[in-house]
Amino acid sequence: MNSKKLLTGPYLLWAIGFILIPLAMIFYYGFTNESGGFTFENLLAIGTKENFKALGLALLLSVISTGICLILAYPLAMILANMKVKRTNFIVFLFILPMWMNFLLRTMAWQTLLEKNGVINQVLNFLHLPALQIINTPYAIVLGMVYNFLPFMILPLYNVLIKIDKDTINAAKDLGATGIYTFRKIILPLSMPGVISGIIMVFVPALTTFVISDLLGGSKILLIGNVIEQKFKQSSNWNAGSGLSLVMMIFILLSMAIMTKYDKDGEGGVL
Amino acid sequence: MNNTLIDLIDISKIYDGQTVLDEFNLSIKENEFLTLLGPSGCGKTTTLRILGGFETPDTGKVIFEGKDITNLTPNKRNLNTVFQKYALFSHMPVEENIAFGLKISKKSAAYIKDKIKYALKLVNLDGYEDRYPDSLSGGQQQRIAIARAIVNEPKVLLLDEPLGALDLKLRQSMQYELIRLKNELGITFIYVTHDQEEALTMSDTIVVMNQGYIQQMGTPMDIYNEPQNAFVADFIGESNILSATMIQDKLVEILGVKFPCVDVGFGSNKPVDVVIRPEDIDLLEPEKGILQGTVTHLIFKGVHYEMEVEANGFEWLVHSTDMFPVGEKVGISVDPFDIQIMNKPESEDEEAIEVDE
Repeated sequence: MNSKKLLTGPYLLWAIGFILIPLAMIFYYGFTNESGGFTFENLLAIGTKENFKALGLALLLSVISTGICLILAYPLAMILANMKVKRTNFIVFLFILPMWMNFLLRTMAWQTLLEKNGVINQVLNFLHLPALQIINTPYAIVLGMVYNFLPFMILPLYNVLIKIDKDTINAAKDLGATGIYTFRKIILPLSMPGVISGIIMVFVPALTTFVISDLLGGSKILLIGNVIEQKFKQSSNWNAGSGLSLVMMIFILLSMAIMTKYDKDGEGGVL
Repeated sequence: MNNTLIDLIDISKIYDGQTVLDEFNLSIKENEFLTLLGPSGCGKTTTLRILGGFETPDTGKVIFEGKDITNLTPNKRNLNTVFQKYALFSHMPVEENIAFGLKISKKSAAYIKDKIKYALKLVNLDGYEDRYPDSLSGGQQQRIAIARAIVNEPKVLLLDEPLGALDLKLRQSMQYELIRLKNELGITFIYVTHDQEEALTMSDTIVVMNQGYIQQMGTPMDIYNEPQNAFVADFIGESNILSATMIQDKLVEILGVKFPCVDVGFGSNKPVDVVIRPEDIDLLEPEKGILQGTVTHLIFKGVHYEMEVEANGFEWLVHSTDMFPVGEKVGISVDPFDIQIMNKPESEDEEAIEVDE
């Protein structure tokens, strides 16, 4: 064995210990019942009314959040990409900064802000404006998702946009294109790899989150992530939880396969 | 051919406190191949970008066919640009790249198809319609960029160092192609380069620029044979530039030795700069020369030998097809009409002399 192969050792151990074995366990639990016999029941449990509703709601909210992230992030990334070099790094840093703070902490902060007697409502009350009642509603969950995952949309977009040669845009204008036409025909198509990476990086964690829905949705609104969490933690039913996890995995792999099919060059993204 | 097409009037441009162009004036005629030549930072690219509409001058006007277009956006100008790094649309096949401008001007599908065929033929790339830019070589991409610009039948084609990224052989053949294209299309070419050879080969008119000023403007032969100052002489080709004294009309003293020349009107006993091209120096037997010296360097360059001859305290650069070995004593002689006399700049600032025309 040469030294190069030796260097892969730690990674190999990591991959076996923390990726392969857990995955195998999920598969095992997913396809067995509590007494250890083989079954499809755990997977098919996705079809029950309650689970299906949770999956549907998770899909709906993550699609909405991804859409909002895209709409917010694209113009922002364009402004960042077009800025003079000196200031860009600082402003990109400002957008990344929240990513360095603990995810739970950020979400809990929103919980406090949005509470019935939280900071936002106190300010609104002081200004004699009607109170904002979105905590424990799907709106609050969408807000949390957008807030938490927005940087993951901005970064890949910024990365592709900054790579587009300014003279390519100038060339389009030189050939008679208006600003809107240039955007439609040149900038948008050239930024597609970033759009796709951004969508994947926001959609996937949004679809499976349970912390955001837990903290901002109260315990009333169940997403598929919450259902899986409850199976593992509250009812200690690892078989049912694993089965649903496998279904989710299939969903995610499918959506990634569809998206990457359009990402021919595979250029975009931070991953 | 002699109608003025474009007038740049008193154009100034300052970037971050640095003056790039200072009250710059230039007149461009119809059907001309005009080259802006100069070292980097001389303002040549800025001039081109102002013409293309990608920069707005701080002061001054751009007049195009009698109309002020200073504040017109690039998409409303009847000129097209070929960019330095081609700037092709990498997500479109060649065909769509070329059709880009035509589709915007709402030409019929049949017309566009014809034009694509015609343009590809013109740049010798027939049959490349469906290729993507990434699959083409640098020279091919450059020709597509030219095709994409000329199908729109602009009055003026702006070219920003378009051959800079190509290798020598390809660059030379592209130079001939550009001359042919210009003659076939009958449009004005405004070409930016720092390569003096390229400028001499292709241009009808060369504008030598330095530090935002025009140093000299004229035909390639004017510029090469009659440089108006030391900067132009030094920038165009290789040269021996010496301080000298004009004794009287047709007689100049160089390094303490009197040389007959053909220039008149510089006054008597006036300090001047003298340019002598290395290929204009004749090396003879010592006693036959006006000046005697010793060969200190010898390099074989293919077409000629390049030698350095030390004489009267100056290293003379000489190009000759005759070879004199290092250490040999030689005589130096220069024909009177090969000595180019120039006024000395009066101060450091005037090293960049503006030509008023």
